[in-house]
Amino acid sequence: MTLLRRLEGPQTLGRGPAFWTAFAFAVAAAVAYPWFADGYTVGNTAYFFCWVFMALGLCLIWGYGGALSFGQTAFFGLSGYAYGVLTLNVGAAYGFTLAAVVLAVALSAVMAALLGYFLFFGRIGGVFLGIITLSVTLALERFMAQTAGPEWKIGAARLNGYNGMSGMPPLTVPWFDGDVVLFPDVALYYGLLALLIVVYLALRILVNARFGNVLVAIRENPERAEMLGYDVRRYQLAAFVIGSALAGLSGTLYTAWGQYITPSSMGLTAAALPVIWVAVGGRGDLTATLVGTLLVLGGFQALTIYGSQYALVVMGLLLVVVVLAAPDGLVVAAMRGLGRLRRREAGR
Amino acid sequence: MDLLTHAFTFLYQIGDAFSFLVLSACGLAVVFGMMGVINLAHGELIMCGAYVTAATTRAGLPLPLGILAGALAAGAVGMVMERLVIRHLYGRPLDTIVATWGISLAATQGTLILLGSSMPGIGTPLGSFTVGGYSYSTYRVVLMVAAVAVLAGLYLAFNATRFGTLARATIQVPHMAEALGVDTRTVYALTFGLGAALAGLAGGLYAPTMTIVPTMGTTFIMEAFVTVVVGGADIFLGTAPAALVLGTVRALLTTWQGQLFGQIGLLVAVILVIRVLPRGISGLILRERA
Repeated sequence: MTLLRRLEGPQTLGRGPAFWTAFAFAVAAAVAYPWFADGYTVGNTAYFFCWVFMALGLCLIWGYGGALSFGQTAFFGLSGYAYGVLTLNVGAAYGFTLAAVVLAVALSAVMAALLGYFLFFGRIGGVFLGIITLSVTLALERFMAQTAGPEWKIGAARLNGYNGMSGMPPLTVPWFDGDVVLFPDVALYYGLLALLIVVYLALRILVNARFGNVLVAIRENPERAEMLGYDVRRYQLAAFVIGSALAGLSGTLYTAWGQYITPSSMGLTAAALPVIWVAVGGRGDLTATLVGTLLVLGGFQALTIYGSQYALVVMGLLLVVVVLAAPDGLVVAAMRGLGRLRRREAGR
Repeated sequence: MDLLTHAFTFLYQIGDAFSFLVLSACGLAVVFGMMGVINLAHGELIMCGAYVTAATTRAGLPLPLGILAGALAAGAVGMVMERLVIRHLYGRPLDTIVATWGISLAATQGTLILLGSSMPGIGTPLGSFTVGGYSYSTYRVVLMVAAVAVLAGLYLAFNATRFGTLARATIQVPHMAEALGVDTRTVYALTFGLGAALAGLAGGLYAPTMTIVPTMGTTFIMEAFVTVVVGGADIFLGTAPAALVLGTVRALLTTWQGQLFGQIGLLVAVILVIRVLPRGISGLILRERA
């Protein structure tokens, strides 16, 4: 019960019956959606869901923890490649793909803990954290891009340099009368939707619990938090590991969704995307990040249809404009505006 | 004789890595050291300098003038950037990073749309010289001289001119400088312009040695960032020694394992160094003197 009470609190914007009614409607609409759309469109929406975990992770690290990490795509790629290597070597029987997801995410968490130890325990903060994580991401991309030769293989899996790996099995759930293969279709959509709701609610509980409160206290004033007896480094490291693991989850789901992964998914452009989603939506709130990410992804894809080259220019400029004009994010601004409007109505 | 040749090759490689790190990092370091701002569009300013240098040189201008034109163009772009974006974000370093990243994305992609995926380059001038049976590019030696000249020029600019005095006053105690009549906004704008011009200079100097593509900025930024991170806030006590140390590390690893491991080793070295020296080399030196 105490856990459920943490679903709303000081660290999340949406609260009260109105918010949860809207939430229930959104979930119902998401559940009903595949009845009104064809399989391809549903698979495409599932593709959007793959990315949201990474955005929520960045929201935790950056928005709540105050540490700007550009390393999300490094862990995205790391876990994606790990999933590919594991499943290409072992196969998809006995539900191994699910175990591969867990192992790949765990690998990202371990690497994040290692990197985070050097960063946070070296008290690297502010802009330097961003620079180091970005450099790590770029180095990883350059490394993977040069693995074209036949000597670069792990077991049966060839890394294939810039062309990337492909042909790994999609997620497969063992069932009584044979395996259920989750191709990018309705089944995968429902699987990802359920996972997304669970992760979203779990993060809400986390940030409204003691951990989240301390994390926000550190963001607001690290010295004060330290004087009050909290070990700033541990809390920031924990947030970094959880956020990076979520990026890893995005990476494995993406790899399983499209059955391929390339080094460019870690490149400079790719690394910018999560920052854009989170900044545009509103980094200070999980709901805003979730909604903002889906909106920006949808907008990006619509733009790509009209001309993929211009989409990145628009995204770059959007980022600049948001930082200048609405530093808290567009969705947060809209939610605050709605709240003010409702209070004014109630006051009359 | 053979040992001497090896020694020369190694020194040449250290010098080459040193000049690359100093030239690509000095603009970033000036802006960071003076204003605490990290400019993620630094690579795109370098790219801008390289494009202008290549275009003007192909149009018939002598290369040194072309490089100067590249530096001036990048400096002008930097001043515009400062006026439109950076100025509104002083005191919000993380937002500055994010905004300049947006600029960087838009600039790379915009250049790709406007000018195509590559530009005809200009050949490396000055030919080569031979030491002990191996030949070396003379232009690379010019780059090493240029790196030292840039450091010397910056030292003079900050210690022997009125701008330098005002700039140093502005970094140390901004409101006091303002109270004494220094127009700190102009100082910040000029400093940012200087940093951008230095980026353009790096682009212009390296334009003859590289393929000119819109994404060429990424070749520089990682090295520039790690040099500034290891160096800390001071250009002379930080960036220069950091470039020397990192240049040696990179030369060693490149000779041993190849280009890529040179870069990765550089990064690992940086992560280890910051665990021990969070304020960079300049922090260490200044603390010891204090």
